[in-house]
Amino acid sequence: MYENPDGVMIGLEVHVQLNKLKTKVFCGCSTDYHNDPPNSHVCPVCLGLPGSLPVINRKAVEAAIKIGLALNCKVEEHTQFYRKNYYYPDLPKGFQITQYDFPISSGGYIMIEGEDGEHRVGITRAHMEEDPGRLVHEGTIDKSKYTLIDYNRSGMALIEIVSDPDMRSPKEARRYLDKLRNILEYLDIFDGDLEGALRVDANISIMGGQRAEIKNISSHKGAERALLFEIVRQKNVLRRGGVVVQETRHFDEAREITLSMRSKEEAHDYRYFPEPDLVPLKISGWAPAIKEMLPELPDARRMRFVEQYGIMDDHAKALTSERKVAIFYEEVAKIADPKISAVWICDVLKGELNYRDLTIEAFRKEDMLSVIELLMSKKITEDGAVDIIRTLLDKGGSPEEIVKEKGLLKVEGDIVSTAAEEAIKENPVAVSDFKAGKEKALNSLVGSVMKKTKGRADARAAREILLGKLG
Amino acid sequence: MITKKDLEHIGWLSRLELSEEDREKYTPKLNSVLDYFGELDKADTGGVEPSYHVMPMSNVFREDVPIASLSQEEALSNAPKNQDGFIKAPRMM
Amino acid sequence: MASINELIERIHADSSEEIVTEYLEKIEKSKLNAFITVAKESALLRAKEIDSQGHDGPLAGIPIAIKDNISTKGIATTCASKILTGYIPPYDAHVIEKLKEAGAIIIGKANMDEFAMGSSTETSFYGPTLNPWDTTRVPGGSSGGSAAAVAGGEAPLSLGSDTGGSVRCPASFCGVVGLKPTYGVISRYGLISYANSLEQIGPFATSVRDVATLFDVISGHDPRDSTSVDRETNYSSALINDVKGLKIGVPEEYFAEGTDKNVEKSVRDAINTLEELGATSVEVKMPHTKYALSAYYVIAMSEASSNLARFDGMRYGLRTEDSDWHTTFSQVRAAGFGDEVKRRILLGTYALSAGYHDKYYLKALKIRTLIKQDFERAFRDADVLIAPTMPYPAFKLGEKIDDPISLYLADVDTVPINLAGVPSISLPCGFSGGLPIGMQVIGKHFDEAAILRTAFAFEENTDFHTRQPEGS
Ligand SMILES: [Zn+2]
Repeated sequence: MYENPDGVMIGLEVHVQLNKLKTKVFCGCSTDYHNDPPNSHVCPVCLGLPGSLPVINRKAVEAAIKIGLALNCKVEEHTQFYRKNYYYPDLPKGFQITQYDFPISSGGYIMIEGEDGEHRVGITRAHMEEDPGRLVHEGTIDKSKYTLIDYNRSGMALIEIVSDPDMRSPKEARRYLDKLRNILEYLDIFDGDLEGALRVDANISIMGGQRAEIKNISSHKGAERALLFEIVRQKNVLRRGGVVVQETRHFDEAREITLSMRSKEEAHDYRYFPEPDLVPLKISGWAPAIKEMLPELPDARRMRFVEQYGIMDDHAKALTSERKVAIFYEEVAKIADPKISAVWICDVLKGELNYRDLTIEAFRKEDMLSVIELLMSKKITEDGAVDIIRTLLDKGGSPEEIVKEKGLLKVEGDIVSTAAEEAIKENPVAVSDFKAGKEKALNSLVGSVMKKTKGRADARAAREILLGKLG
Repeated sequence: MITKKDLEHIGWLSRLELSEEDREKYTPKLNSVLDYFGELDKADTGGVEPSYHVMPMSNVFREDVPIASLSQEEALSNAPKNQDGFIKAPRMM
Repeated sequence: MASINELIERIHADSSEEIVTEYLEKIEKSKLNAFITVAKESALLRAKEIDSQGHDGPLAGIPIAIKDNISTKGIATTCASKILTGYIPPYDAHVIEKLKEAGAIIIGKANMDEFAMGSSTETSFYGPTLNPWDTTRVPGGSSGGSAAAVAGGEAPLSLGSDTGGSVRCPASFCGVVGLKPTYGVISRYGLISYANSLEQIGPFATSVRDVATLFDVISGHDPRDSTSVDRETNYSSALINDVKGLKIGVPEEYFAEGTDKNVEKSVRDAINTLEELGATSVEVKMPHTKYALSAYYVIAMSEASSNLARFDGMRYGLRTEDSDWHTTFSQVRAAGFGDEVKRRILLGTYALSAGYHDKYYLKALKIRTLIKQDFERAFRDADVLIAPTMPYPAFKLGEKIDDPISLYLADVDTVPINLAGVPSISLPCGFSGGLPIGMQVIGKHFDEAAILRTAFAFEENTDFHTRQPEGS
């Protein structure tokens, strides 16, 4: 049981950009703007020109239903769009089309690995809305002399996923985000690697204070840092006898601090009302068919991996925690031994990738298969296999070439045998120590064999041969 | 009844800068209209559903097929200030 | 004044260029101030093109005036507001595309009340339009320029928009025919919104036949407007000079206190005329009419307060000196909007704000339901309803502009139609002191055929529509 000594309550609002759709949510502008100049993917609708009207992208609604179902939400019978009226230069119409009453789905949950084991985080609602544009400030927002606006992002389909305040530590918040992203990638509606794909606002309170809303968090790591900072800040305020007020704070990613945004614009009154230019949706009837088509989600895949491939649960969990890794694994395990594949992908490859800040895309499954094949046929040693993987990541090439270049082929038995004989001849002291019962003396003999074979001998095999000759 | 003070708040919510003179001028006129709207209170609307839309339409969609966007030049053609392809707005704070 | 058919004959005999030139000269000499922008060069260019290449559209070579809240690619579109100074839309409204396909030539952008907020065309930043029948009087509004242009012979056809009577009111005051279609029949794509859930674009002409021809061109489904309906129509074929068996509902609430005696008499006479032609009339009760005006204004102002939030001077329009963003935004709007627009934005913001939303906005929407039900009930007993369009003929310039309530009260007979989304056509049915009187024929949802036929039969058997103001 986790004590939660400070009474931390964290709720997250995650904005997910449906960047795998071909077009924006209310207009036909292409979503493929990431490498293009500013304001080159805009039309009268997403630029908010007078007289333009929105029309809903059917695929965006389907994606929203998929997300709702994957988060165990109820898809509502009647859903509609509202205007949220507020002013910001990234908002071309002076209001955002979003949902308010009657969101498309609500009342779900996901399971995360909590401070004390499996932990349930409630999903209040997952609703559709449009993304504002992108603002560029010269330096920081508070110092910049002007604001530059790029509306390419304006009108991208967003799903806002609002959690209940069920997370009790920044670590749980991060795990929630990891899990959520993983689920979304499994649904294949979102590419988390694209800029701005997933943005987070966090609500956090500690015992004895009001909640603060932290905006401008753009990474999972950032969320954890912002929340850690905020807990310390709120505790300090209370310790000094102050009051933690309800407010919006801005996360300064570079300085890893949160700043108060208190200003006149705080007096929000969003004046929600139904968007007259869009008609309601009655699409709960779509849910059963979409549910049928829903891909296998991480938890289900993890269980299947354990059953189907006979691998350890820890390995299954690690393999399924990223959709691309799970796919990579299954492709390898189709051909190679599933257990050995799991060990090498989880224990070696993932570590090497993390160390280099690379994703699984940096490694070809054909290379993984070659490495495993070389190992299984005892042509290389385990150390050699690790060397190949590292070299592939650092310099590229093919496993075969690397084996040749580095001379990693395991040496033949008689060469080891000759080396063992030489070692015995050259180290009479070690031999007599061993014979006198000092088991450790064998290690120096093994080391000598390895040296003579330039590491290409298998250490275990060398040990066996030495024991045979000394026996 | 709205007061001149209320009007300052409504003006801010509407992003309309109102001078003292404006507030003086608008307050009685707005109140006369609100007075008139008081008529609404007399209508019995118990159990009546609001009509957000006049036609009972639902489920209007477009397909996820891209159409040509404006060129950057067209997009910026009406912007009073722009820079390097961006629309230029004043500082935030 | 020339009809579409007469103009087509003249275009064949002479040329579109000559016709367009004549209208341009007329506009140039006019004192009515019916136009904000005259598209002289592009109109002449297009006329020459049609003359040389030919065009088989139903409006080939015929000039048309467009209310200045309808987006026209390459032609300034101002909404009669200073805040849209310099704005040139990079796209055409759906109706403009349709008109261009039909061969029509946009001759200019017609004056209007700023953002269509008004019933007199006096709130225009570009000054008021004058009534061609009496230049000391208003042409009605908000599509006053569109109606005055047609009545004054400055354009044979025009488009307006009707949020709470803005086509029918000036049609009535200027003695021309104007139609507000069923909500959703004409795409609003490109119409700069005042109150989205209420408004429709509508055609003006000097006869029911020409209104029907123009209506056929601009109506129809548009996938860019989610509220656009998809149904096959041919309105011109509804024009039959026969009202035998037609049941006319007469809503007594529309002849309430404040209605001018001559107006009442003309409308009742018109109903008699139709009865003589074989129609029957029956009194219908529309008990919630008295709440319509308040409900209408609350809804319109609420939607407007949000619709007009986009005018911040960043992407288009007026820009003042830079301060911080929120201050600049407030100053741009203070400098760019006129008094009536500001009043409506303020009231709409108030009606939607925390604590007042249910009292005003939600209450108004419930009353809207009751008004719709009034119409449904009335149409159980009647095929069409006939009532005065305006309670009185055109009033004097400056008479009501400083008193919002008295100005709003002028819309008492037109706004219920928008709340219910039903179609209504206004056509001349009499004169009072030399000023035209209009009656409206109101139909069921999508039954434009019935009101066009009724109006057509009346027109065929009377001559009010043939009278013209002096000098036109
Ligand atoms: Zn667009």
